[in-house]
Amino acid sequence: MSSTVETTTEIKPFHFEASDDDLENLQLRIGAARWPSMELVDDRSQGVQLKTMQELARYWETDYDWHKVEAQLNGLPQFITDIDGVDVHFIHVRSQHENALPLIMTHGWPGSIIELLETIGPLTNPTAHGGSAEDAFHLVLPSIPGYGFSAEPTERGWFAGRVGQAWAKLMSRLGYTRYVAQGGDQGAAVTDAMARQGPEGLIGIHTNLLVTALAGSPMPTNTDEEKAAQKAADIFRKTGFGYFLEQSTRPQTIGYALLDSPVALAAWMLDHDTDAYYKISSAFVDGKPSGNLTRDHILDNITLYWLTGTGASAARSYWEAGQAQAEAAAAGQKPPEIKIPVGFTAFPGEIWQAPRSWAEAGYPTLSYYNKVDRGGHFAAWEEPELFSSELRACFRPLRAE
Amino acid sequence: MASVASTTDIRAFQVDVSEDALDDLRRRIEATRVPSKELVEDRSQGVQLATIQKLADYWASDYDLGRVESRLNALPQFVTEIDGVDIHFIHARSEHEDALPLIMTHGWPGSVIEMLDAIGPLIDPTAHGGSAEDAFHLVVPSLPGYGFSGEPDELGWDLNRTAKAWSELMGRLGYSRYVAQGGDVGAGVTDAMGREAPKGLIGIHTNLLVPALSGVMPTDTDEERAAAAQIATFRQSGQGYFLEMATRPQTIGYALLDSAVALAAWMIDHDTDAYYKIARAFVDEEPSGNLTRDHILDNVTLYWLTGTGASAARSYWEAYGPDAPAAGQQPLPPPTIPFGFTTFPGEIWRTPRSWVEASYPNVIYFNEVDKGGHFAAWEEPELFSTEIRAAFRSLRDEGRTS
Repeated sequence: MSSTVETTTEIKPFHFEASDDDLENLQLRIGAARWPSMELVDDRSQGVQLKTMQELARYWETDYDWHKVEAQLNGLPQFITDIDGVDVHFIHVRSQHENALPLIMTHGWPGSIIELLETIGPLTNPTAHGGSAEDAFHLVLPSIPGYGFSAEPTERGWFAGRVGQAWAKLMSRLGYTRYVAQGGDQGAAVTDAMARQGPEGLIGIHTNLLVTALAGSPMPTNTDEEKAAQKAADIFRKTGFGYFLEQSTRPQTIGYALLDSPVALAAWMLDHDTDAYYKISSAFVDGKPSGNLTRDHILDNITLYWLTGTGASAARSYWEAGQAQAEAAAAGQKPPEIKIPVGFTAFPGEIWQAPRSWAEAGYPTLSYYNKVDRGGHFAAWEEPELFSSELRACFRPLRAE
Repeated sequence: MASVASTTDIRAFQVDVSEDALDDLRRRIEATRVPSKELVEDRSQGVQLATIQKLADYWASDYDLGRVESRLNALPQFVTEIDGVDIHFIHARSEHEDALPLIMTHGWPGSVIEMLDAIGPLIDPTAHGGSAEDAFHLVVPSLPGYGFSGEPDELGWDLNRTAKAWSELMGRLGYSRYVAQGGDVGAGVTDAMGREAPKGLIGIHTNLLVPALSGVMPTDTDEERAAAAQIATFRQSGQGYFLEMATRPQTIGYALLDSAVALAAWMIDHDTDAYYKIARAFVDEEPSGNLTRDHILDNVTLYWLTGTGASAARSYWEAYGPDAPAAGQQPLPPPTIPFGFTTFPGEIWRTPRSWVEASYPNVIYFNEVDKGGHFAAWEEPELFSTEIRAAFRSLRDEGRTS
């Protein structure tokens, strides 16, 4: 065996320290922000509100300390390994419990591994977080190529399906032969793709965004619950889709803003779904965070995007998704069916609250469905304990097998 | 009633930019942090890195940042308050007595800068290959929220309201018989003026067929199908900026105010034809017509210095956004006043005559020319002016005999 093969499958420890220059430069740029006039409405209907941005910028410039999350990250086992030509960064936290179930969990956009940090404790060490030893997971949290500390793809083609294939390679490289996968947002698309690819060893998935409802197949709209979900999805398509269309068609153009202006980056990242926007806005303007979605946690994520300069490369992942979708549509290809169990949790603040009937329509092998009473699009981030108990419940039957 | 008198006052206006503002702009351009290069060889992922780097180099090092001030201050500029907003306009009167008054409206990402080189040919035709009978008195306003006009501080500045403001402006200037012209958003305003048909407006000309964006156009001939396919392509891959501004102008506004290169990139990512022309001007130093590096940067610099990226974006929210007061309103019936149209070949879609006739009942002029694109007045000011002369010629004759 040649040594190049060994090198490319090597798993190297990873550690990150932002330079003082980079942190100072960021601070200077935030302080020098040039602001637009105030929006002409009293809500978010023209976008991220000026007061929210100014309060965010003030806190970011004067009170926020990146070193806290940096220390937290460097206290975790982080690694890099080259998969399919891209250096993939991941956190790998093994449970002390012998029979822990390996779980690969994927963040979304505008997220990163930061979203998932507070679930590490409950998932890998359940006995310290109200669970039992039988609930333990070995946790793998990769950064999607082009996001965070993973390298940027230097060639086209890194759509969710290719990321899914890379994740299967990663799990196998880590020696896991029987594992589950989870994700929300883009992470849900990656997880869905993994399930369709059905790599050896993947025995079940859970998502908290019903990507099959976005893919185009019409969902039932008979009950009030179904009608409400459809209405929420329609509103999103009508007024909440600007960032999505821009990133899936012109990631490079918006990329100049995301690399050059911290406030532009923060605004672009805050302007996701309505529920999350108001929660984040309230954290800054009223000092009232929703759950774990605190000012520091929100800025940890934005600062990570800034320091890694990945605004454009992350946006390109939407472009890749758009290309893959167009190519599949042109070829008349339907995605392969899923043969393994699928679990889904509907968090009430999600863009649309998917009814059980929708989850069943999307996933004939649905093995778990629950509707909880807290949390939104960033469920793992906002409600890490509740989120973790959902994963435990969802995957419990698969452990027995 | 001094207060009433003062609100209709027309005040002389001069641009005055501080050295500090210019230094700050230059510093920001020089401190730009750029993303990695796009992964494609064309514009399909957006404005290409090489284009932005050439643009930024030229902007910071070679471009004369004082050009906006000197070019505009060479012209008679005024401000007058209409409907609560200070409207900035250039008012260039012809020396020819029988000149026809013309109000011409820029679009997005444009400004009065687009129109500057059409002023000579239009007001002084004898110096530009025309005859005295072709002369116009020219009014070139800045849309509310754009350039040196004030920003609206209340909701409701949709296209119809701007159109009403323009007829108020023409009335205030003493014009009782005039024509109107526009492309892009300016075509929207001009189309609305035609529908409102204020007293004195005797004809309009546009170079973007506004009704084709909302109505169903015939697709029987190859030419019609080609135009429909161009619109479909625009909707599929070229509409990101449009949707963002129509739904979240404030969000993109932070980028447009704070980052000079973000502003430049957002502004040059318009239609495909104009993008490649502008890219070539910077990368290959081969401008298309009058769309030179300096002229492109005059416009971007104007947006920067006036800090109007967000307020201009809001005009899309008002005109096209689903949450705006005007959303869902039925347009007025098509104008019955004379309508002229010129198809420039590089426009987002190449409008066939049949589409013009399907959209407007009283077409007095249609022509398809061989040069120019979306920014027709900017790119080809002489040809554009020739078109305007030809489109409105018949209306002058009526004027003299009536």
